[in-house]
Amino acid sequence: MDIDKVFKALADPTRRRLLDLLHRENGQPLSALCVDMDMTRQAVTQHLQLLEEANLVVTVWHGREKLHYLNPVPLHEIHERWIGKFERSRLGALRDLKKKLEGDEDDKT
Amino acid sequence: MTKPSFVYVTYIATTPEKLWQAFVDTDVMRQYWIGPNAECARMNVSDWRPGSKWEHQRADGTQTVDIVGKVVESTPPRRLVYTWARPKDAADESKHSRVSIDIEPHGKGLVRLTVTHEDLERDPQMLAGISGGWPKVLSNLKTFLETGQALPRSPLPT
Repeated sequence: MDIDKVFKALADPTRRRLLDLLHRENGQPLSALCVDMDMTRQAVTQHLQLLEEANLVVTVWHGREKLHYLNPVPLHEIHERWIGKFERSRLGALRDLKKKLEGDEDDKT
Repeated sequence: MTKPSFVYVTYIATTPEKLWQAFVDTDVMRQYWIGPNAECARMNVSDWRPGSKWEHQRADGTQTVDIVGKVVESTPPRRLVYTWARPKDAADESKHSRVSIDIEPHGKGLVRLTVTHEDLERDPQMLAGISGGWPKVLSNLKTFLETGQALPRSPLPT
């Protein structure tokens, strides 16, 4: 898979928001995703298409509904490439500290 | 059919036959299927015939069984379906979730691997463990088949 496509797909706040929505609830149809997005159905479809081309979103037909799933495999590959196994626990502690000080559940941007 | 809990996809530069071997041959599996804390390799042991049992064993000599299930479908080198449960729930199929492994050629020496896990919602603890586990297993598998080594630190030689 082309890693450039993954970074390009991630370099947009709308597409990150779509991934956040799927992370919160996996396997959603287009109509459900549109409810949370302040844009046309067509625009959401285009963003989902780019995410799908980057293999960050996978679609599955469930009866007559097309469901969208967050596919974290390319993100895991990025993680494995630059984060060493001895850094993980220290980075985890830093993240917990940041969360505690900022009182935030997720990074929103 | 219930809605899948997770769908994972990765594209691997290999052949469907080699990818199939990686899911049924313990000698291949133990080289990339690492436990959740990387403490030892894991392997899935079965004769992979429909109706047969399978066991997820630790490859550390203790042969501890962490997951069990039954083979539902086995169509080499395309599709493997099995159920997935804690050993204490082996006899109670209502507590089994279900894994489907689909292997499709994707042109130019690439194979598309799809792993679908269904019916996990009723077991949040298992769901949490698996959502971290599969991406790790799949990216190790991809690296192993493409480079002959699992768990690289970086694509650059060290």
